Amino acid sequence: MRLLRIVPDDTKFDFMRFRRISFPISAVLSIAAILLFFFHGLNFGIDFVGGTLMEVQTKSGPADIGQMRSTIDSLHLGDFQLQQFGAPDDVLIRISEQPGGDQAQQAAVQKVRDALGDAVDYRRVEVVGPSVSTELLSYGTIGVVLAIFAILIYLWFRFEWQFALGAMIANVHDLVLTVGFMSLTHIDFDLTSIAALLTILGYSLNDTVVIYDRIREMLRRYKRMPMPELLNASVNATLSRSIVTHVTVAMSLLALLLFGGQAIHSFTATMMFGVVLVGTYTSVFIASPILIYLGVGSTRHGGKEEPEAPPEPPKAAAPAAPPQRVRARR
Amino acid sequence: MLFFTRWKAAAIVLTALAVCLCALPNFFPERLVQKWPAWAQRHVVLGLDLQGGSSLLLEVDSGAVRKEQLQSVDDDVLRVLRSARIPFTGRAVRGNSVEVHITHDTDDDTALAKLRELSQPLTGIAGTTGQRSIDVAANGGVVTLTPTDTAITERVRQAVDQSIQIIERRVNELGLVEPTIQREGLNRILVQVPGLQDPSRLKEILGQTAKLDFRMVDLSMTPEQAAEAHPSDSEILDGEGGQKYLIEKRILVSGADLVDAQPGFDPNTSQPVVNFRFNSSGARKFGEATTANVGKPFAIVLDNKVISAPVIRTPILGGSGQISGNFTVQSANDLAILLRAGALPAPLTIIEERTVGPGLGQDSINAGEHAAYAGAALVVIFMFATYGLFGLFANIAVAVNVAMIFGVLSLLSATLTLPGIAGIVLTVGIAVDSNVLIYERIREEVRGGRTAINAIDAGFNRALATILDSNITTFIAAAVLFYIGTGPVRGFAVTLGVGILTSLFTAFTLTRLIVAYWVRLWRPRTVPI
Repeated sequence: MRLLRIVPDDTKFDFMRFRRISFPISAVLSIAAILLFFFHGLNFGIDFVGGTLMEVQTKSGPADIGQMRSTIDSLHLGDFQLQQFGAPDDVLIRISEQPGGDQAQQAAVQKVRDALGDAVDYRRVEVVGPSVSTELLSYGTIGVVLAIFAILIYLWFRFEWQFALGAMIANVHDLVLTVGFMSLTHIDFDLTSIAALLTILGYSLNDTVVIYDRIREMLRRYKRMPMPELLNASVNATLSRSIVTHVTVAMSLLALLLFGGQAIHSFTATMMFGVVLVGTYTSVFIASPILIYLGVGSTRHGGKEEPEAPPEPPKAAAPAAPPQRVRARR
Repeated sequence: MLFFTRWKAAAIVLTALAVCLCALPNFFPERLVQKWPAWAQRHVVLGLDLQGGSSLLLEVDSGAVRKEQLQSVDDDVLRVLRSARIPFTGRAVRGNSVEVHITHDTDDDTALAKLRELSQPLTGIAGTTGQRSIDVAANGGVVTLTPTDTAITERVRQAVDQSIQIIERRVNELGLVEPTIQREGLNRILVQVPGLQDPSRLKEILGQTAKLDFRMVDLSMTPEQAAEAHPSDSEILDGEGGQKYLIEKRILVSGADLVDAQPGFDPNTSQPVVNFRFNSSGARKFGEATTANVGKPFAIVLDNKVISAPVIRTPILGGSGQISGNFTVQSANDLAILLRAGALPAPLTIIEERTVGPGLGQDSINAGEHAAYAGAALVVIFMFATYGLFGLFANIAVAVNVAMIFGVLSLLSATLTLPGIAGIVLTVGIAVDSNVLIYERIREEVRGGRTAINAIDAGFNRALATILDSNITTFIAAAVLFYIGTGPVRGFAVTLGVGILTSLFTAFTLTRLIVAYWVRLWRPRTVPI
């Protein structure tokens, strides 16, 4: 049987050469994502801004959203949105936080229940009060930051600090782009989004660590190989694995996206973008080349092509970039 | 790496098998499982988002606890100074402390000593730090008593404990099935009731403090006069229909002395009423009070609202009575429930509510199942296409892996939520990653010119270190998520974390074992991957 080879054996693609393209692209995209976050904002769900979310299903025929809208409008509950959710008889009602603390939220729900009466099934009712929403938002933020630092410390222990820092820059870049994606698509940003962000963090690190592991091994084995060459060889050696793994993860996510239902739709969509698209790109085009700038292997003997690279300047590293054939093995 | 002693091989297979078997109770009907020995009954619990139900997060009003604490310090100060016959002026609650001005300088030392006695050393965990319940400070003739933060925290903790017991009683009285009631953080209580579709009544029942007391109506002035005069021993309370009453602060008998309350009907008017019975000390106090006050009205006060204010016609000595008011059958029934269950030590506020109807729950289960099957099918086919026989090995490992996840979740009696199912589906995606890492490494070693067995051995050897490193990072993310997450998100963190552990186990032992046996049986010259 002929087995599937997505990446041909002995692929020798010069990834490091692309760093002069990939870094500016990433910088532009990151800035765009940050601008999106500040000017377009995130579509915060009730978890983080408080308020009420009700999913109702009409008992007879498709929902008359117009009529429902006027019914709820007559209750004077401030801002609210109606939205079809999946099926035509399924409607999502979102009511913004009521002034007057937790009890006011409860009163609002009761009003809507009374107004819509028995014509609908209440599939889901969620009420998040002001005290909880503030807390959830701060917990979520703390969680992401905490995870980043915990992983940073772990990597610092296992590798050299340059690796930890490189992985961190690469993966914060992932998170920034994902947040930009969420802002652009106006996907609901709620607790599951935090879960998605943390999982993206975990997975793209997983990928980065696999490549770093190989780089470390190569550093020990080939004492004289110039840095860009060594990085290229490492990325190429792990490329097949990266692709195969991402195809399987993409398949799982695709199944969740297609069959997993509306409730986790935004979760899987975010993961698809963050893990499959950005994560793969980052570990290859950002996480590995950044090691050159961070000065890994700058003190290697025989590293003539890679002069004693000062940590920051891209200029100093630039001469190393001209295309060299990669010697993966000798 | 490819050599396993018999013992080790047996231990690996048995461990995997045992963990898989733990998942069994999930596949048999509940009725059957209940006949099994207790240790075998543990199974995965479906989260409220899957089975439908209502989840309420309640917060104990710490402000009210603090206020009540201050009130009791205030009362104590009054009692202590009066019994010691020390004259004082300007006793008042200011901010978070009680202040009192001792009239004569000569009394200062005695007063301070007496008041210091009010401050108790805190027992329990807080006590080890040598903290006391009240900070007592003197400045000239003014003594300031401030309940310490530790003392108040302790009080809040006690209030939450009491509240949990009372909520349990109330929920049980409502006849709700299998509720879970647990503390969340310092001052919160999570109440989850599976299958409850409309929590309105539950919320109403939990939202009431149900503090009932019997007090005398103050007839020395009208409520309108009192609004001007601010008498210190009485307060103005609302009654039914906007009527105002001036009620003495002194409590004759409190709801704590009730032993029973039942809804009923007044034989004369056929109106719904609540019949109650006092315990012996309550009966004695009520008897004494009613004997002394024949002809005067007393008030039945519930949560600072006057339910009724009947005139005492004859002394009530039997220890039982009747509350009549503007009741419906439902409200009389609810009040009886509340009185039987007892009063909450402090008001509760509902700060979060999540209710899922049974329809959505079933839909989510179906969606999760479909996604799981589709995801598994895709991955299995892809792995076989990519690695052939070794792909098959990987698929076996992944299947065992999923069974083991369910086994571990059952052992933990973990809650399975929709995001949790997503976590499992995702684990299927990454459980193969360990195998991919190993196989790719073997491919490489083969290309490097090693013999088949050598390549396999080196492949495992080198890949395992990488697998460990890469999985620990994901595990850290899952752990953080578990720590900060609630409900469904926590369910995701649990399945993700457990999935990482089981996939580590299968990668390090099971896959290796399968490959080792294959090598021993077939003695391959080339590696078919």
